[in-house]
Amino acid sequence: MTEKSGADILIEALSDLGVEVIFGYPGGAVLPIYDAIFKQADKPNAIKHILVRHEQAATHAAEGYARSTGKPGVVLVTSGPGATNAVTGITDALMDSIPMVVITGQVPTALIGTDAFQEADTVGITRHCTKHNYLVKAPETLGSIIHEAFHIATSGRPGPVVVDIPKDVQVATARYESPGPITHKTYRPQTQPDAAKIQEAVDMLAAAERPVFYTGGGIINSGPEASKLLRELAAMTGAPVTSTLMGLGALPASDDKWLGMLGMHGTYEANWAMNKADLIIAFGARFDDRVTGRLDAFAPNSRKVHIDIDRSSVNKNVRVDLPIIGDVGIALREMIDCWKARQHPKPDLTEWWNRINGWRQAKCLDFEEKGDAIMPQRAIRALYEATRHRAPIISTEVGQHQMWAAQHFGFEAPNKWLTSGGLGTMGYGLPAAIGAQLGHPDALVIDIAGEASIQMNIQELATAMQYRLPVKIFILNNEYMGMVRQWQELTYQSRYSESYSDTLPDFVKLAEAYGWKGIKIEGRQELEPGIAEMLAYDGPVLVDCRVAKLANCFPMIPSGAAHTEMMLQAAEVSGEMDDEAKALV
Amino acid sequence: MHIKEETKERHTLAVIVDNEPGILARIAGLFTARGYNIESLTVSEITEDNRISRITIVTSASAAVMEQIIAQLERLVPVHKVTDLTAFGPHVERELALVKVAGTGDHRIEALRLAEVYRARVVDATISSFVFEVTGGSDKIDKFLELMRELGLVEVARTGIVAISRGKEAA
Repeated sequence: MTEKSGADILIEALSDLGVEVIFGYPGGAVLPIYDAIFKQADKPNAIKHILVRHEQAATHAAEGYARSTGKPGVVLVTSGPGATNAVTGITDALMDSIPMVVITGQVPTALIGTDAFQEADTVGITRHCTKHNYLVKAPETLGSIIHEAFHIATSGRPGPVVVDIPKDVQVATARYESPGPITHKTYRPQTQPDAAKIQEAVDMLAAAERPVFYTGGGIINSGPEASKLLRELAAMTGAPVTSTLMGLGALPASDDKWLGMLGMHGTYEANWAMNKADLIIAFGARFDDRVTGRLDAFAPNSRKVHIDIDRSSVNKNVRVDLPIIGDVGIALREMIDCWKARQHPKPDLTEWWNRINGWRQAKCLDFEEKGDAIMPQRAIRALYEATRHRAPIISTEVGQHQMWAAQHFGFEAPNKWLTSGGLGTMGYGLPAAIGAQLGHPDALVIDIAGEASIQMNIQELATAMQYRLPVKIFILNNEYMGMVRQWQELTYQSRYSESYSDTLPDFVKLAEAYGWKGIKIEGRQELEPGIAEMLAYDGPVLVDCRVAKLANCFPMIPSGAAHTEMMLQAAEVSGEMDDEAKALV
Repeated sequence: MHIKEETKERHTLAVIVDNEPGILARIAGLFTARGYNIESLTVSEITEDNRISRITIVTSASAAVMEQIIAQLERLVPVHKVTDLTAFGPHVERELALVKVAGTGDHRIEALRLAEVYRARVVDATISSFVFEVTGGSDKIDKFLELMRELGLVEVARTGIVAISRGKEAA
């Protein structure tokens, strides 16, 4: 067997692993790898490289690709600033459990530690924002490290893995052979749940009078089959289902058992159901602070079952009665089988559903419309009505628009909703949409954005143009960092410190400068025609939709409040909070 | 506003890890990143081929945080096994200290006499100083140092705690 350069080994290993797309940006410390990419470009099944305009965008694009396809996202960046720019997206992928492998160039091994040009301690910097990371010191180990990195990124609770490759290792030669399936000596995630515990959970469910399924991103990560099984179990048991931000789409929004999202901006019915439930089963959700509200008041009278692949997620924030470690898809399958085997009849939950339907009467997502201004909620609903038949993939930035999208856009299937949940990264949506469009060339992909967030990775308009990706951006432009302004209204007597989006660009001209189509929507009569114009255009479109400037996102549970202390409308928001409340995030 | 603290309990953990570069930074960094405290940390290779290390960590935490610390440690890729020796039951904890004491006359004689009581060995001596090697539980070493402070303590080096379960089984 002949020896190959480290760069060639890398490309061959990626190819063996089925990688189709790499999101990256070249630089000095990855030139040998870029040369290897160039040389393979004409081969059949060549790996396609997508040139982003900023390394952060490469990571979010990889996340969007991964979240929408279920395959790992792959990123390639240079040493120093290339790697440090990628850190935000790497952390984002860690928080939201997105499978991602990030290849970073490094200065040659002899220069490591000398403060060489474009040197950064990438392995040190990314140690705590990756699931695992590697510094490759010899080309002989590169192939097996790449295979191991993919194994770790995609199995168990998925996450980002960084492989830092010094430039001399990219040039030096060694032999490479695909190692085949990996059996890691220490890393063995438990996927198979304990059968006795599954049976216990099923019996608890059969005996429950007021059950709630609380589902999360784990169901999406487990694969589309898990979503199907969730629907089946919900149908068999009649249990109501709520979901975290990351889990939207697992149960269709049109399902009669769907309560809407729970938590800080969740629905009245979902949060009250959680509060009054006698049994909560968490499927791949992690009891995040945005979900639980004040911990001592969280679902106080319920027994709790927590199914999760990550043991450290269990009992982290909320103590549960029955932890089940394993893949949530397998657990769902076994719960269904066990329910059938034990011949449980469908429980009579009429009384519980009557109470839930009572809470639904609050119509918590309704909003008031005044004058000609477009309410942001109206804009999202109009977008949903105009596009639902095309099952679009929706990405978002972070802020009010993100919560309105989660509340008012109905998701019918998994892998259609791409949002930065855990880290809350502004600038996520456009690159994520680009990644999703690459994974689904024929899909309608829309980034629902705010005028502030979109500017954080606006340079990616060029990336979409270069690869002829017909991505749509729908900006809810209220001229404010709206969520910051909302909190200032709530907590600081409307002292709007630095939350006004001053000196905004002309978004239509900006779009046109990049070769996009730009559309401005102003006033209610322009809303539907503007959306129709966006959808009719065969290519990338940016829509600057001017919405009511001071609208707030409701319902809202203030930080540190209980689920039952939900605010439904603006009149309840005012004043100054005490220091305890101010210290909460 | 004041920041509240929870009641904490002291635990000794044995963490068996793959001896790869950066493993200590991974473990120590996990403690700082998640706000856990480390009272003592020792590490050494324990296999013939030097591929496995045993890290002994003494930490204080509430019961809930303790459960998290163990789960978070187990989640690290190079970690083979985490044992909470405190929860496991009877175990032996030892620490070694090198203690330099300088003085003459009565102080010198008294230091030597106390060293005998504490079964400390003299590993270096000059006309006006001793270096004692003392082994035992942390309390014993603390007590020995307290006495030596009166008699001319100059410098101390302590290894931190190593621990192992009692009985014939591995914990």
